[in-house]
Amino acid sequence: MAAGVAAWLPFARAAAIGWMPVANMPMPVAPSEKNKRQDELIILNVSGRRFQTWRNTLDRYPDTLLGSSEKEFFYNEESKEYFFDRDPDVFRSVLNFYRTGKLHFPRYECITSYDEELAFFGIIPEIIGDCCYEEYKDRKRENAERLMDDQEDNKDAKLPNMTFRETMWRAFENPHTSTMALVFYYVTGFFIAVSVITNVVETVPCGSSPNQKEVPCGERYTVAFFCMDTACVMIFTVEYLMRLFAAPSRYRFMRSVMSIIDVVAILPYYIGLVMTDNEDVSGAFVTLRVFRVFRIFKFSRHSQGLRILGYTLKSCASELGFLLFSLTMAIIIFATVMFYAEKGSSSSKFTSIPASFWYTIVTMTTLGYGDMVPKTIAGKIFGSICSLSGVLVIALPVPVIVSNFSRIYHQNQRADKRRAQKVQKARLARIRISKTGSAVQSSAFLHSKRNGLFNEALELTQLPYKINLSDQSSIDEDQRLSKSTSLLESQHHHLLHCLEKTTNHEFVDEQYYQQSYLEAGMQNYPSRSPSLSSQDGVTGTCCTRRSKKHHKPLPNTSAPAHIPPLKHTHQLGLQELSTIHIQPLSTSRSSLNMRVDEQAPLNCQSSQITTAIISIPTPPVTTPEGDAHLPAGPAHQNVVKVSAL
Amino acid sequence: MSCRKRCKREIFKFAQYLFRLITGSLNNDSVEDELELSAVRHRPEGLEQLEAQTRFSRKELQILYRGFKNECPSGIVNEETFKEIYAQFFPQGDATTYAHFLFNAFDTDHNGSVSFEDFVMGLSILLRGTVQEKLNWAFNLYDINKDGFITKEEMLDIMKAIYDMMGKCTYPVLREEAPRQHVEVFFQKMDKNKDGVVTIDEFIDCCQNDENIMRSMHLFENVL
Repeated sequence: MAAGVAAWLPFARAAAIGWMPVANMPMPVAPSEKNKRQDELIILNVSGRRFQTWRNTLDRYPDTLLGSSEKEFFYNEESKEYFFDRDPDVFRSVLNFYRTGKLHFPRYECITSYDEELAFFGIIPEIIGDCCYEEYKDRKRENAERLMDDQEDNKDAKLPNMTFRETMWRAFENPHTSTMALVFYYVTGFFIAVSVITNVVETVPCGSSPNQKEVPCGERYTVAFFCMDTACVMIFTVEYLMRLFAAPSRYRFMRSVMSIIDVVAILPYYIGLVMTDNEDVSGAFVTLRVFRVFRIFKFSRHSQGLRILGYTLKSCASELGFLLFSLTMAIIIFATVMFYAEKGSSSSKFTSIPASFWYTIVTMTTLGYGDMVPKTIAGKIFGSICSLSGVLVIALPVPVIVSNFSRIYHQNQRADKRRAQKVQKARLARIRISKTGSAVQSSAFLHSKRNGLFNEALELTQLPYKINLSDQSSIDEDQRLSKSTSLLESQHHHLLHCLEKTTNHEFVDEQYYQQSYLEAGMQNYPSRSPSLSSQDGVTGTCCTRRSKKHHKPLPNTSAPAHIPPLKHTHQLGLQELSTIHIQPLSTSRSSLNMRVDEQAPLNCQSSQITTAIISIPTPPVTTPEGDAHLPAGPAHQNVVKVSAL
Repeated sequence: MSCRKRCKREIFKFAQYLFRLITGSLNNDSVEDELELSAVRHRPEGLEQLEAQTRFSRKELQILYRGFKNECPSGIVNEETFKEIYAQFFPQGDATTYAHFLFNAFDTDHNGSVSFEDFVMGLSILLRGTVQEKLNWAFNLYDINKDGFITKEEMLDIMKAIYDMMGKCTYPVLREEAPRQHVEVFFQKMDKNKDGVVTIDEFIDCCQNDENIMRSMHLFENVL
């Protein structure tokens, strides 16, 4: 319950008088306020700064340090105050949480010190209000990353007994660990560069014999280029095989992007070796050489920036996709329009809509080659609209990509999104757990109902005979249980209890409701509940009579027909009441059974229980007088009610 | 308004819209049109007057006011806040309808808001009043249109509101006719001359003869 609203509980309880004339059953007794003290100011001395607040304010959250008896450990007898040797600035936020019910995170505060203070005072950080939660989460994540980076630097420390394989792998991954690794790193880098330059220079026309036209260098110095290529490929192959050998998980290594690039870089050479003699596939062979340019991607092992760029593009996939999609839409629209606009003019280059695609793309990206220009006036108008909109459409997603890149580049984060998802789930789980521990209204109310508030039950029964309770210990335990709930809670529960009495229905939790609803749908009459089967001997007679009635298909028979059977079983009912009462609380159903028995003794005709399961409507309320001889009537009906489930 | 005038008005509005479109000030209007929530401040009468008018002691009034002001810093409660506060006590159901009726019962001068005086007067009757006064208050709550008679429709509304607070997950499963049946029971009990309405005298008479109701009236006396 929100802290501030607790102050309105007296009002809600007073307003409950509005239900009283309507209710047909007697109300449960209000919880007595045994330890009601006058509200007093308590002094909290935090490292010299004195805070004062009402005791009631702190009692709002009984599962924290200040709200529970744990604070007595810090009580200072001489100065009659509670002394905490903690940070007074953070304590301000903590105390405000009690006052307002919202926990705020001050921006100037260090995240770790704030966390420590919260942990000390027993407050979970998940309940930070939405206004401050984003900030808190961001700071926490930054902090965690910083710590992780520090840890990663220590990763390069050499472990004492590393096998040769592990040493090699470490050398490959972190070149600065040993001189050999560094040498290897630079050598491979050099050869990648050489290979790329070779590929480029191969195609440059160099020198021409006077009788022939220009030949590219590749064809002039074939042998030299072939030797260079061979050398590079050999180095790359050796490197790849060594990495494959050293990899801790070979399968995973073979699936990684870098190794695929390596393979693609060296494969054309080998394919070329195999296929040199066949002239037919020389065309395909030429295309294969294109793949040699992938060697340039091997540089990404050497450059952090390239890797980050690749990661950015991957993380901005949605923006890129959107850009592509919107561009495609616009291209198709404008191409169609231009085609039909230019259809009229003669010798138009816009021969078909796909032919207009080229014009649209060139115009939208503001390239404007000029190989296709519109000639009609309509064409020119639409062409100008096309170029204006092109600027807009391209300009929109680009800043997103740019900002993404800068963010990633500066923070250098890797698997952040995966971690964030786990944290979100964990946060919700933690709030749920802590709330079920403290007072969540509905489940706390149902929880306390299940524990059986025997005290209330006892006080309410005004039967002429007193039930001899053999089980005194269980009563004590329940008394202890009821004391443990705070006064506020017990008053709130009493209020909900009164509502139940007024409407003659009970609050149940979700799964019980689903159960009973399902069973109502299935109309499972003959089945007996476990609670009843345990009392089979005692209630056998009445139940058999009841179950016979269940088989009748009529849903709403009139009440008077059922009154005679009630009278018959009253004597049995009185005995049953005592036996049922003594039975221990085994299942929740049996306890519900018992509880309802206890509290409905007086007004038998009052219960207007119309269940979907049993179609026996209770007899209508004629007079609300309490009849001592018919106390077991509704009790019976309640017993029967459960059995039908 | 004649057709021509209307047309002229429309054209003028459209021209205005075009102008704003061109100058780029199209959205500014919406900001200005927002009604500013009037910062209503209400200060209650002095402590002595309230002490004289109600049956609360000074200390009790202090405690009440602190709680009231915490939730409603402006000093008055409007219906929305009232509903929110009341709904927090009944998480499983929908307490808004009943809160609406309660609000009308507390808002004795019918000005749409409950000030601290109204609040405290109501509480004084409920917690410290005589049984007669309490029954009077309850009758006033049920009599929605305040005409001195409780009809079956009014009672049905109230009953539905109460049953709404129970929510869906109840045992036994809440049926559609439950409120109606309850109203029937109520009228059978209360409506002595069977004229279809319950007057204040019938109501008070009947309640005073009912032990349960009498006992429950004293239930919340030591709430504060």
